[in-house]
Amino acid sequence: MGTDTLVSVRDLKKHFPVTKGALRRKVGAVRAVDGVSFDIERGQTLGLVGESGSGKSTIGRTLLRLEEPTEGTVHFDGVDLGGLSPGDLRKTRPRMQMVFQDPHACLNPRMTVSSIIGEPLVEHESMSSKERNARVEELLGLVGLKAEHANRYPHEFSGGQRQRIGIARAIALNPDLIVCDEPIAALDVSIQAQVVNLMEELQDLLGLTYLFISHDLGMVRHIADRVAVMYLGRIMELADVDALYEDPRHPYTRALQSSAPVPDPVVEATREKIVLEGDIPSPSNPPSGCVFSTRCPEAVDRCRSEVPVWREVSPGHGVACHLVDAPAS
Amino acid sequence: MLWFIGRRLTIAVPTLIAISFVIFAILDLAPGDPTSSLPLSIPPDVREQIREALGFNDPFLTRWVLWMKQVFINEPISLFETMFNVQVGSGERTRVISWQSRAPVVETIAERLPQTTWVMGLAFIFGILIAVPVGVISAYRQYSVFDQVGTFFSMVGYSVPTFFTGLLAIVIFSVHLGWFPSYYDTTLEVTDWDSLVAQIKQLVMPVGVLSMFNAAALSRFTRSSMLDNLSEDYVRTARSKGLKEKRVLVRHVLRNSLIPVVTLIAMQVPGIFAGALITEQIFRINGIGHLLISAIHMGDVPMVQTLSFMVAALTVFFNLVADVVYGILDPRIRYD
Repeated sequence: MGTDTLVSVRDLKKHFPVTKGALRRKVGAVRAVDGVSFDIERGQTLGLVGESGSGKSTIGRTLLRLEEPTEGTVHFDGVDLGGLSPGDLRKTRPRMQMVFQDPHACLNPRMTVSSIIGEPLVEHESMSSKERNARVEELLGLVGLKAEHANRYPHEFSGGQRQRIGIARAIALNPDLIVCDEPIAALDVSIQAQVVNLMEELQDLLGLTYLFISHDLGMVRHIADRVAVMYLGRIMELADVDALYEDPRHPYTRALQSSAPVPDPVVEATREKIVLEGDIPSPSNPPSGCVFSTRCPEAVDRCRSEVPVWREVSPGHGVACHLVDAPAS
Repeated sequence: MLWFIGRRLTIAVPTLIAISFVIFAILDLAPGDPTSSLPLSIPPDVREQIREALGFNDPFLTRWVLWMKQVFINEPISLFETMFNVQVGSGERTRVISWQSRAPVVETIAERLPQTTWVMGLAFIFGILIAVPVGVISAYRQYSVFDQVGTFFSMVGYSVPTFFTGLLAIVIFSVHLGWFPSYYDTTLEVTDWDSLVAQIKQLVMPVGVLSMFNAAALSRFTRSSMLDNLSEDYVRTARSKGLKEKRVLVRHVLRNSLIPVVTLIAMQVPGIFAGALITEQIFRINGIGHLLISAIHMGDVPMVQTLSFMVAALTVFFNLVADVVYGILDPRIRYD
């Protein structure tokens, strides 16, 4: 753990019970997140990419203990979040915030913008209502909204504006960490860049640390410092952004990258594409051995029987694959 | 919003005229006539004269229009006169007269209304006070013991009719335990402490039975509305703000869940004035429900017509109230 590591996740697991029958007997578990470890340095952005259902959002929620982890630990600025009482956890919440995927559903429809943004201030700061209104106006300005928007209701805004409200709400208490759970997935492409640029500006301005969850590889490359690639609840590869995009080592990372179109028609027409066959397996019944073995174009027998261990191919570049050899040390 | 209310009130007028036609027509088609309850010794030709004098032999449309004039014009003016103690015009106008008592129907209703509103109103308020907390806790602790017990009791409360629970309450609490009187004494006047205790005692059983019945359906409704909202994203947002769980539950989830519940409550308000047909019979409360049943037995058509029309008019009005309340509670609804 480095000295300015803000978040340290070790062997995090989140299993959702599957129940059956009138008595709700537990018959199995959906292994949404199944043993994940990573660190986030202060002021940096960790991108988390993967297909739908790979457990990205669950990591985000479990990390903030909006859901209780099944196993594993999360240290936030040296404090074990799992060991905090509900009251202490509540007091820690201002320092770690979340921007949600669906800007239409994540704002209370019966509250005005000023009360949505101002509510955490009421709860955690002792401000007069005048100071609070001034702070709300300041926050609205920071995210590019006007002060007169404060007394409107969320339904009166467009998706992009609502996401800005969500960001203003998240930064209201000067957090250290913001988990961005696919913040741009529900937005029009033309709005996506605006919101991402806004988030980058705020990061520079306020010294924020991001966990940026997305399935958009291009956007992650743009915003992230390090990138983790997830598949079926596990991290397949984790590296600095340049290393991951220029020298992907895991077959899944290569397949994901080749699925993203290149904005150059000549390259796009000629480049080699790896097409994965089949669907992502059910997380309630994951394949034995390497979870990716059922779809991996390079899988060998060993992949189906033995779980690959995490190995570092170069400093800061880890991968979980039998076919990747660690450099001779 | 004002435009909306104005438009709806304007639409309410033809609606009420149509309702009055239906009520009048149905009762006119029903068998029986005003002389049937008179002594058998009255000879047929005298009966015919009575019918003629009551205007029973006029064509249907004539009688309907005359009745509408009585209901929409004469009765409101008479009500105005009694309320403000003034005389409008000559004071001479035909009123809707009960065939049983020969007294104006409206006066009889005014006599009976306080008993009904007391019992029904209290049952209504207690029903809400029980149902909302039960619904909230059941939803918050879904599938807990509390939820299961609450579900059981609301299923029982909703499916067992009040004539059974009412009689059961009488057998247990009046006959065996002797705690409460088995009937409601309307003549009781609250003047001192003892009469207040007696009044409360006689209210306990009818109000209890009715509020359990009201609470059963309402608590299920509150529970499902809470469950819908508990899984919403904005609840997670509220939790991530680091709010106290109570504040999340009350300020965020409950306030949103109450939107449909409040409209349901608003639409049940006419029931306070319509009375409870069966429960009033069982506990011998001579309220509106009791009045309606006896009027039906005696073939008192003007009384039945007026009571039915009164409930219809209240229903139309509180439907409008429910819509307006919905618009106030949910900022997403705009009527203009």
